[in-house]
Amino acid sequence: MQRYTTTAIVFHWLIAVLLVGAFTLGLVMTDIPGFTPAKLRYYAWHKWAGVTVLLLALLRLLWRLKNRPPALAASMPAWQRGAAHGLHHLLYVLMFAVPLSGYFYTLAAGIPVVYFGLFKLPVFIAKDPALAAVLKGLHYWLVMSMAALVGLHVLAALKHAVVDRDGTLRRMLPGRSL
Amino acid sequence: MTTLRTTLAAVLAGTVLLASAAPLKTDAAHSSVSALFKQMDVPVESKFTRFTAQIDYDTAHPDKATARVDIDTASLDIGSPEYNKEIAKKTWFDAARFPKASFVSTAIRPAGAGKLNVAGKLTIKGRTQDVSFPLSVKPEAGKQVFEGQLPIKRLAFNIGEGEWQDTGMVADEVVIKFRVVAGQ
Repeated sequence: MQRYTTTAIVFHWLIAVLLVGAFTLGLVMTDIPGFTPAKLRYYAWHKWAGVTVLLLALLRLLWRLKNRPPALAASMPAWQRGAAHGLHHLLYVLMFAVPLSGYFYTLAAGIPVVYFGLFKLPVFIAKDPALAAVLKGLHYWLVMSMAALVGLHVLAALKHAVVDRDGTLRRMLPGRSL
Repeated sequence: MTTLRTTLAAVLAGTVLLASAAPLKTDAAHSSVSALFKQMDVPVESKFTRFTAQIDYDTAHPDKATARVDIDTASLDIGSPEYNKEIAKKTWFDAARFPKASFVSTAIRPAGAGKLNVAGKLTIKGRTQDVSFPLSVKPEAGKQVFEGQLPIKRLAFNIGEGEWQDTGMVADEVVIKFRVVAGQ
């Protein structure tokens, strides 16, 4: 089977690591009671990771539009192909929707993002507590949906590797050509 | 008739004069006191939602002006109700012990058209410092608008104790920005 290109593999795993990191930070930081320097630091890191995901997602999408992924295993039934494509599309949408909802949430809360403490990113909307409350809920549910879909994505990959043994997972793993 | 008109005019003028010597009434809806600070280099503007300002100002005698502002320290809105509760606690404003921060002017001097130099005592969390800052004043819709900025060091007032003394996390410099609209 044909593997993904190195560019595709790098995009995939870089974004995967950042998403897991941002998700973990998000869970930890929102669980810290009160107001501590560590909490604020985690919030800052979480936002920087989110913005990085958004930038990488944009580059990845532009790159993906010009580069077709390798074909799926010929043995895969049609419903699985449909499910795989649907899931991949949803993950692409969420790679944008999750960081964007977080970005607008922090803007509505009146806290702009200063990327790595160096660059103040654009403020598109004014402080709006009512909107902030809505975006907070939206960000949470988009994140949780994404976590569930990533879980499904991982389970499907493992099923291909362990049950079907059809080389689907290896296409996205770094290594020598198959 | 002429005498009556003159008398009436004199009485009216007298009333206006008397009124202008009295303290101005603050228009709370159009006045604001905010604190600008940097948290991990992120600029944050927070507002005190409860304060009172008493300004005694007569355009004819600006040097006789006095000003007093009292701020409810538990009323700083930094963007989330949860955090607002935290900064009222002991580490920050200790609003239970020091419910008010105050500014009381000691001298107000004219400094050119529409400008005043204000000196006074600023008390936050039980600590008092002498401060001075330029103030602009301009008439707007029959009222006076006083605007100014006063940069202070939060640690001089013990705002942010213990681990919060780290100025890399929250910068020492805080700019108090205010706009007080007051009239008869």
